[in-house]
Amino acid sequence: MTTETPTIDLSGSRPRLRREQRVRRLFTGAAVTSILISLLIVGSLVGEAWNFLRSIDLSWLWDLGWFPRRDMFDIKTVMTGTLLIALIAMVVATPLGLGAAIYLSEYASPRARRWLKPVLEVLAGIPSVVLGYFALTWISPNIVMRLNPHAGVFSMMSAGIAVGLLVTPLVASVSEDAMRAVPQALREASYGLGAKKAGTSTRVVFPAAISGIVASLILGLSRAIGETMVVAMAAGAVGGSLFEVDIFQPGQTMTAAMTALAIGSDQVAGSTNAFQSLFFLGLLLFLMTLALNLISDRFVRKVREKY
Amino acid sequence: MVARTAPPSTTDLVRQAIQGRRFGWGDVAFPAALLLALLFALLFLATLLVDIFIKAWDALAGRGWSVVTNPLSLNADTAGLWQSIMGSLALAAVVAALAFPIGIGAAIYLEEYAPDNRFTRFINTNIRNLAGVPSIVYGILGFTIFVRFVRAVGAGGGVGGKNLLAGGLTLAALVLPIVIITTAEALRAVPVSIREAGFGVGATRWEVIRHHVVPYAAPGILTGTVLTLARAFGETAPLLLVGAATGFFSVGSAGLLGKATGPYTALPVTIFSWARQPGAEFRSLTAAAIVVLLAVLLTANAAAIILRNRFERKW
Repeated sequence: MTTETPTIDLSGSRPRLRREQRVRRLFTGAAVTSILISLLIVGSLVGEAWNFLRSIDLSWLWDLGWFPRRDMFDIKTVMTGTLLIALIAMVVATPLGLGAAIYLSEYASPRARRWLKPVLEVLAGIPSVVLGYFALTWISPNIVMRLNPHAGVFSMMSAGIAVGLLVTPLVASVSEDAMRAVPQALREASYGLGAKKAGTSTRVVFPAAISGIVASLILGLSRAIGETMVVAMAAGAVGGSLFEVDIFQPGQTMTAAMTALAIGSDQVAGSTNAFQSLFFLGLLLFLMTLALNLISDRFVRKVREKY
Repeated sequence: MVARTAPPSTTDLVRQAIQGRRFGWGDVAFPAALLLALLFALLFLATLLVDIFIKAWDALAGRGWSVVTNPLSLNADTAGLWQSIMGSLALAAVVAALAFPIGIGAAIYLEEYAPDNRFTRFINTNIRNLAGVPSIVYGILGFTIFVRFVRAVGAGGGVGGKNLLAGGLTLAALVLPIVIITTAEALRAVPVSIREAGFGVGATRWEVIRHHVVPYAAPGILTGTVLTLARAFGETAPLLLVGAATGFFSVGSAGLLGKATGPYTALPVTIFSWARQPGAEFRSLTAAAIVVLLAVLLTANAAAIILRNRFERKW
């Protein structure tokens, strides 16, 4: 006596599977677009920057100042300006951002959080061109010129403070995420040993979240270096500038120099070298921010691995 | 021989902490300092809003709606924002049409299809890095690639490709990584059990995504896209490189195609160029333009927050 086992075809209907394949290919294509964009960015920067470096005399890169029209492409001028403003920004953003993060993560009631977080997000959503205007018309006369009566309307200080305000919400939100990721058990263990809230926050939660906090600061620094409109409007040196380290004086940053070249406010039409320097600066900026972003990414991943 | 005092034992320390003084000024001062840091940041925000509104009052009260409806002009008494607002809206439309489908598609691939291998991790790292590239670098991308592309396909118009289409492409590339990241987060929040239930009754992957995962993630995706659009709306630096006019221009009676391929500008670019005017007459007008920009952005932000609070779901 034999029973025949019916065979069931489980492979599904052909058209359905074909559609499945098509959809999958479509989405894969969308994901690959992001790689294409990266390649195009690197390609457009490297090609023109190389042309620039080949067509100039390399000694022009170390001169008295940044005057692209007169073939003076002093790197140290734009680097110093960029780093000084980024430094001022971090001096502003670190206490404000970390203070806000610890408060929101450890002290604020859920009700207060529901109100405070969105307001902080609004601050993050203010366009940089608006903060640039604010730096020029409010921060400069009301804060910077009171601190130092010799400061002019345009100064690295007022630009730096405004960039700091721009970066604060970013620092706050990334480091708050890191502190909230610290398991509740660590806090309870600390309370169990008799520690108070302030001690628990600073000596248990803060060290446990340190990689995320460092990541937030590096990310903030990267954003501050790449910020464009605030420095183009408030730092002053639009066309060119001499080497300057006094933060109460106007200064030149990489991004502001690029803006000046883009809008032609220093009449670059005559010199092609000047316009090509835009790509050289772009490449420098890209490499600096890329390095910082990669480092901060490494730190963020450490937090994720731990908890 | 010096008598050494024994270090306090752990037991003593714990006892002291439990039985000791319960109140210390440090316990009040520390959270107060933290709250102060937070309030300080918010105080700046309030100062900014109030200060700009006061500066804008002259133009807003004196000119009324003509600030919005008049065309651009070199004359501060009649200059308005019409072309800038229309330009910004058109740019936002191009961004929405390009970045949203590609971004959401890429996020669906990464969250729903992609195997966990080296290639996927590379794409993910690449997207996070793209999100951190300064916006002016995207301007260079637009200037070297998109402007040429627009010219090559014959849509260059009278401005050699530095038009709305190139600007829109540039902004779309700029916000694409942000769209992918926020959408991926929304998709990740949908529990695996929903998917397994779908597979269990014989649905294919695409059917599960279309009928279950995306509908559940929709509020999150929508919130993300609204915020992204707001970001694109306020972006200035890359547009300076792809030809947004910093002066004034006239489109005359150009048709829709002529407007898309001709000269253009955007609201934040106009704010930048007005802020650079040396005379005092543009000062109040600049602030008025900022009020218009902030009104659009704050509305978008508020809409996103309401969306999120209303549809947020705890699984």
